[in-house]
Amino acid sequence: MTAKTESRKCEAEVQGSTVLLALSGDWVARTDGVDFGVVEQAIKPGVRALRFDTVKLGHWDSGLIAVLAGLREASNKDGVVFDEEGLPGPARRLLHLLSTPPATARRRLQTTGLDRIGLWAIAALAECVEGAALVGNVFLRGAVALRGRAALRAKDLVEAMYDAGLAALPIVTIVSLLVGGILAFIGATELSKFGAGVYVADLVGVGMVREMAALMTAIIMAGRTGGAYAANIASMESGEEIDALRAMGIPIFDYLILPKVVALSAMMPILYLYGCLVGIFGGLCAGAATLHVTATSFLVEVHKSLTGVQFGLGLTKSLCFGAFIAIISCRVGLRAKRSAAAVGAAATSAVVIGIVGVIALDAIFDLCASVLGI
Amino acid sequence: MAAAPAQPKLEVEGLTIGFGETIIQHDVSFRVEAGSVFAIMGGSGSGKSTLLKALIGLLKPMQGSVRFGDEDYWAASASRRAEIDQGLGVLFQSGALWSSMTLAENVALPLRMLSRLDRASIERLSAVKLSLVGLAGAGDLMPTELSGGMVKRAGLARALSLDPAILMLDEPSSGLDPVTAKRLDDLILELRDGFGMTIVMVSHDLPSLFGICDDGVFLDADSKTVIAHGAPRQLRDECDHPSVHAFMRRERPDVDRAGSRSAP
Repeated sequence: MTAKTESRKCEAEVQGSTVLLALSGDWVARTDGVDFGVVEQAIKPGVRALRFDTVKLGHWDSGLIAVLAGLREASNKDGVVFDEEGLPGPARRLLHLLSTPPATARRRLQTTGLDRIGLWAIAALAECVEGAALVGNVFLRGAVALRGRAALRAKDLVEAMYDAGLAALPIVTIVSLLVGGILAFIGATELSKFGAGVYVADLVGVGMVREMAALMTAIIMAGRTGGAYAANIASMESGEEIDALRAMGIPIFDYLILPKVVALSAMMPILYLYGCLVGIFGGLCAGAATLHVTATSFLVEVHKSLTGVQFGLGLTKSLCFGAFIAIISCRVGLRAKRSAAAVGAAATSAVVIGIVGVIALDAIFDLCASVLGI
Repeated sequence: MAAAPAQPKLEVEGLTIGFGETIIQHDVSFRVEAGSVFAIMGGSGSGKSTLLKALIGLLKPMQGSVRFGDEDYWAASASRRAEIDQGLGVLFQSGALWSSMTLAENVALPLRMLSRLDRASIERLSAVKLSLVGLAGAGDLMPTELSGGMVKRAGLARALSLDPAILMLDEPSSGLDPVTAKRLDDLILELRDGFGMTIVMVSHDLPSLFGICDDGVFLDADSKTVIAHGAPRQLRDECDHPSVHAFMRRERPDVDRAGSRSAP
């Protein structure tokens, strides 16, 4: 009796309790596909042995090996003798090469839902402790650095300050100019409805100095510099560069993190002041264009509206935002896993946490200022 | 019985490679016979890996030709080069596994992108490739969870993904202990014999070179060209060139064969 399988390249001839599989034609996976139906066609109840005829077999590749491996596995499972005598020698070699999964599979922690909540809570607590330690280190090592006793290299600090300061000026200029202009346009549209157009200058001045200059500069720096810090440290982590520092006893905090925190904390207030000036100029341009106010009257009105306390609030905000962005970015970079994908993930996390954190901090500042009547 | 249709051979003729105005190697010529294990040998900085890059299409040579069968790789159109690339399997020195994917996904990606096979077939073929290199059941692991030897074997499984006719190996045994390196050498030979592939191997690992290579060229960093042709064992026993002699016998070139140091 001859029973044909669905495959046009495999004929199954039943000889008593033995099935002879005649394989012919090309068995190239990429072009001809892989026919795993052969396994079900060949291994049937009552079959005791499986033999092969490959005289007419053409070209083959791993597709054939995959099918033979499936046949062998099914044969072993059903107690069928897998007689590989008729197979080509190279195919037999490859079949022998196929390994089986280790009996002692790699052990993974078996956890329940409650376990996972507990593990998450412990990890969150550990993260808080690590974060607090990092903040504490900023003050401790910062004080040591001020006395000139930290392993802080002046060259690294200058480079970090350039990167976080001067190199960021173009983007801060553009964004501050536009934000100042937007505030003026909104003010001109709404305030002129009831003849209060002159107060556009107050809106721009107070808005930039008290709020927008610090906030927008921080958001820019979280995206630009915070992401770069995290990616830089994560890439060092994946390249075992940080392990090399640790192994040689070089304090990672002084060498790697302190320059970044000091640089960003120092540069942010300067960028804030610069952002205020550019923003007010942007508001002046927009105000002059829409309300035809003179530069002198605009600046006089701005001057009247501003107080030293408002500048102080803005400066404090910018200093805290800078330190926050630097610390968070470095922390995210340090806890990154060791892979190329982790570098991208660290940069993304640093930017997201940085921006959300800055906005949350800003809200806290405003709440406190409101309570204090500032 | 052949695993792949019409075994191609590789022929390099008058190849000059470099970066910008810097020439790394010039006038490199050799021929790789079908089914052989061919070694590209040489000391550190001699340009072995750079030469391999020119063979696998990552670095355009300044001069000369790289022929697969009768086809000049660098004279072919970009689409034809891409087709030729699919016939080459490459194991990079570091493994170069895609870190965001599991081992099974690493091996499956070339099939997913370059074949019309269904998902189940791709998964089965990937599992077979991993099993062939001794990583059965490890498909769910991430590259970061692997030891050095496992990374090499996983890289090898990925290189086999498209059943290449030529397998290019860049320092396959670097960073491995002698026993693991020997196992990898044996595996390379088994795969060569099983699939009938041709293998080109960049290496300076002497036991591997003597153990599995049938033929090869020796690149010299000083003269920046090929200074010896032949099987590594033959070069060890017969080549008189001082650089080859020192390399093959792990001797310092500034110490002459009588043991006295030459004048600086």
